[in-house]
Amino acid sequence: MAGVAGGNDFQWCFSQVKGAIDEDVAEADIISTVEFNYSGELLATGDKGGRVVIFQHEQESKNRPHLRGEYNVYSTFQSHEPEFDYLKSLEIEEKINKIRWLPQQNAAHFLLSTNDKTIKLWKISERDKRAEGYNLKDEDGRLRDPFRITSLRVPVLMPMDLMVEASPRRIFANAHTYHINSISVNSDHETYLSADDLRINLWHLEITDRSFNIVDIKPANMEELTEVITAAECHPHQCNVFVYSSSKGTIRLCDMRAAALCDRHSKFFEEPEDPSSRSFFSEIISSISDVKFSHSGRYMMTRDYLSVKFWDLNMENRPVETYQVHEYLRSKLCSLYENDCIFDKFECCWNGTDSAIMTGSYNNFFRMFDRNTRRDITLEASRESSKPRATLKPRKVSTGGKRKKDEISVDSLDFNKKILHTAWHPKDNVIAVAATNNLYIFQDKIN
Amino acid sequence: MTFFFSLILSTVRKCYSMRARTQRPPAFRRDNMFPKGTKRKFSDSGEEPVSSGDQGQVASSMAARTLSSSYSLQRQSLLDMSLIKLQLCHMLVEPNLCRSVLIANTVRQIQEEMTQDGTWQIMTQALAAAQCPSDRLVATEVLCRQTDAAAQAGQSSKPFSVVGLDEGYHSEEVVMEGDVGTEVNMSTLSPVSPQLSSSSYLTGPFGMGPCWEEEEEDGECEEDEEEDSEVCVSEGEDGDRDHMRADSRTGEQVFGTFEIKHPAPPPDPALEELFSDVDPSYYDLDTVLTGMQSAPKMGPYDLLESLSSHGPTALSSSSSCRSDLNELDHIMEIIVGS
Repeated sequence: MAGVAGGNDFQWCFSQVKGAIDEDVAEADIISTVEFNYSGELLATGDKGGRVVIFQHEQESKNRPHLRGEYNVYSTFQSHEPEFDYLKSLEIEEKINKIRWLPQQNAAHFLLSTNDKTIKLWKISERDKRAEGYNLKDEDGRLRDPFRITSLRVPVLMPMDLMVEASPRRIFANAHTYHINSISVNSDHETYLSADDLRINLWHLEITDRSFNIVDIKPANMEELTEVITAAECHPHQCNVFVYSSSKGTIRLCDMRAAALCDRHSKFFEEPEDPSSRSFFSEIISSISDVKFSHSGRYMMTRDYLSVKFWDLNMENRPVETYQVHEYLRSKLCSLYENDCIFDKFECCWNGTDSAIMTGSYNNFFRMFDRNTRRDITLEASRESSKPRATLKPRKVSTGGKRKKDEISVDSLDFNKKILHTAWHPKDNVIAVAATNNLYIFQDKIN
Repeated sequence: MTFFFSLILSTVRKCYSMRARTQRPPAFRRDNMFPKGTKRKFSDSGEEPVSSGDQGQVASSMAARTLSSSYSLQRQSLLDMSLIKLQLCHMLVEPNLCRSVLIANTVRQIQEEMTQDGTWQIMTQALAAAQCPSDRLVATEVLCRQTDAAAQAGQSSKPFSVVGLDEGYHSEEVVMEGDVGTEVNMSTLSPVSPQLSSSSYLTGPFGMGPCWEEEEEDGECEEDEEEDSEVCVSEGEDGDRDHMRADSRTGEQVFGTFEIKHPAPPPDPALEELFSDVDPSYYDLDTVLTGMQSAPKMGPYDLLESLSSHGPTALSSSSSCRSDLNELDHIMEIIVGS
């Protein structure tokens, strides 16, 4: 797969945008998660209203083979409904926090979707045939008068318009006291883990009334609580290994073979703090918002507020590489703390070959870093640059006093337009970027 | 009824409003509305000039002993902001635990630094001095027991709302020590304290004159405040609301419901402080009641206690609050139960 940007060989261009155009964004339409399936054929999004929309990749047209096909709506369903916790008198939001696909094993597709408290396994199946010629009932479904039946016939399967059905097959509920922030399917394809602020549970996909608690960092006295779990993921190949990140900027790798309760980590990843840059916000900006293993399983990537760090699983004391996402915000931390932006949780993702990564920023900017060339690029997901196959122009934020043409100054950034969720196609250079209520799809243009 | 509640709340808010004004640390403002005893005590400690002199001088004279004035003020405003954030009531949805923990850690960090500087000690002393001991105001006692009104009248030259708030703490805490299940009930106690003050206005000849004036003035000021859209607005009134929250010990409550209350800002008697920013939404009864029904709130000193190495300083103030909670409980039954 090609790298990130620059040169004559590779550029990103606009492909599609999904979602309403008008300025007034309904809260329920805000996209809260984006995920490609294992083949990249399907792209799922979840929103704050508890709905899941799945897009399917259409085959390329034969006339224009150099163009990739488009993603069109395949299925839409309401995954979670708002609930009310009567004991605490609190609402449980229906917002979909995460979607994770299961590897495909038959014609149907399965995905896990979760809100703050409940995880659901959905089966998405196609139906394009129906039986006709029943003996006992008409085509309308009305029962036929038995005395009228004079002959027997065998029902025949006739083609019908494609219907995509989504049905909930499992509901994994009542296992989390705190808000679920991550789910991750294990490489054994039988189990998965779910993590909330203080606990991580291991589930079997077939069993809904029981889960194993494998990590519990809740202190006996809640007043002593200083650290929470922010993200967790299973290792892509070793089904006994998983990692979880914390609000203090640490990552713990645990081996489930070591003990039933993995409170003691096998590896502990933390970068020592730079004392010269210490401030009151140091801890907050070190809080890890996302952790992702590379496809190879040898590296992992963590996203904190200002940077992305690559870690070699064999080296715990510091990351291998660190990329600054928006260092120009470091001097604005107090304002960002005041308006709560400092608590935004940005996600990050790898490309299929682990040579590049992508993460979001403000003003609808998103950033990509190429690990091989060490180059990075800032692009914008906006309606203005949304002409078909229009090449995306790199954007730049001016940090110094002098603002060049085409640059945007830090103070002009729109902090309400944040790109928290992005996804990279597992095989091709196609990316999906969620900008509030719009989903942008970009792809490479090979000259 | 809505007006009644809003009137109560506004009084409460006035006395416990807190502004993150960087140029005037709230802990160091005093004026004539405090009884002389308090003033003398404060000036005895030699911390600051009693008169309403140049506030900037006060601040810098304080900070001069420690760090640069601007850093200290920035740190103070960051502390104020953090405490406000912790107490913001997430009406219907459970607040984010990660965010609460991060803010709490920031507060702790500031507190540790201020402790090293010595400024923490000063602040907690100021808060302690500002708190009204429960024995001085027993309007609720009068209400429920109808005893010895005259005796208390002499003592209560302070705004009643202060007492009400103190009692507000206590009753919530008492209930909170029970099950999680009972937590829901507690929140409904919060409106009682302001009710108390208001009732005492109506019932008692307790030298309510000055307080009554406050009410009226507050009413005027509200319209002005509504235009103020700064953070200060919600800060002020959150400060008051918070002060009404229970002072619970259990950490479960602190993070179990993700509500951590900041230390009660001293009831700043300066008139403009009293009529400080008020969030109009508080006059919406539904909002208020919904907020009341959400997870139990923490007392203002709970966080301080858990964080501060100078725990006892905060403790002394909070214990006085708790002692009145039984009365509040009783009052609540009368008012709401009927």
